[in-house]
Amino acid sequence: MCAGTVEIVDVEGSGKNGSGWFPIHRARAVYDHAFHAPTEDALILDFVNPDRGPSARISVELSAESAKNLVEIIQRALEKGEAQHSH
Amino acid sequence: MAQYDGILAEMVLFNGHDEDQISGYLARPIDTGPFPGIIVIHAAPGYVSHFKEVALKFASAGYIAIAPNLHHREGPGDPEDVGSDVREAGGVPDDRCIGDIQGSLSLLQSLPYYSGKVGIIGYCSGGRQVYLVACSIPSIDAAIDCYGGNVLAVSEDLTERQPVAPIDLTADMNCPILGLFGTDDPSPSPEDTKATELALKRNDKIYEFHTYENAGHAFFADYRPNYRQHAAVDGWERIFSWFSKYLT
Repeated sequence: MCAGTVEIVDVEGSGKNGSGWFPIHRARAVYDHAFHAPTEDALILDFVNPDRGPSARISVELSAESAKNLVEIIQRALEKGEAQHSH
Repeated sequence: MAQYDGILAEMVLFNGHDEDQISGYLARPIDTGPFPGIIVIHAAPGYVSHFKEVALKFASAGYIAIAPNLHHREGPGDPEDVGSDVREAGGVPDDRCIGDIQGSLSLLQSLPYYSGKVGIIGYCSGGRQVYLVACSIPSIDAAIDCYGGNVLAVSEDLTERQPVAPIDLTADMNCPILGLFGTDDPSPSPEDTKATELALKRNDKIYEFHTYENAGHAFFADYRPNYRQHAAVDGWERIFSWFSKYLT
């Protein structure tokens, strides 16, 4: 790694990349030097399935502001959705 | 500077740390030599093709370049995906890195057209590994650290895989070292590189550090938005000048 510490969490779900859908078992996040995004640093978010090897991966790089906005809408969508679906 | 248009380049397998077989990209001029060697260490995001292009650039200038894949054991797979797994694991273990570079050196030493002089250059995490290796392998003749972060590391940054701050090994630095950095880089920051310079000075080592304005991390990476032409062009001149001075 360049500088960041990776945060890791087990997750349950599915993701889609160029090879199609596959089960997602883990997510990891790190704020570090961007590889592709046009920012010096980026929040790098990976969804992976370690059982299927390194290529079972979906990756995004977001500016810090974009990442914070994403956290907000995820939170909002969850709150609304869980309220609606609990009826 | 010599210019060789005929280059032989290929992926090769050789023994690294613990006699594990690893892969690397070997590029050399098609001529009898003797040529100095250069070991090219890739960046943390992965063993992407840019580092093979760097090896080719050295070969066309009259060097035998070997770019070992320090992520070989975590593959196969797309280099960026493999690099992401290595990052999750905490990076390449230092002892394994030193063993793989020693293996790269042994490969060069086995070649009949090798001159016996070797330089090492690395980018990003590879810059830190250059510092580490130059303090650990006595037979390196010249080193170049391109924006290596974590040369300084406080105790809470140390891990089982990377248990030392390379700056603490400075007394053992075996060769002249060139450092190329950017003012906008948070790691290594200009304060970090000044501290490293001070450590080298205090230990009477031969060094030269340059920090470019309007450049940050990975300014040599012409496939990334971080590329900065002014720093990369001047940096390449300094790289060739450094290796020419100490290897030929």
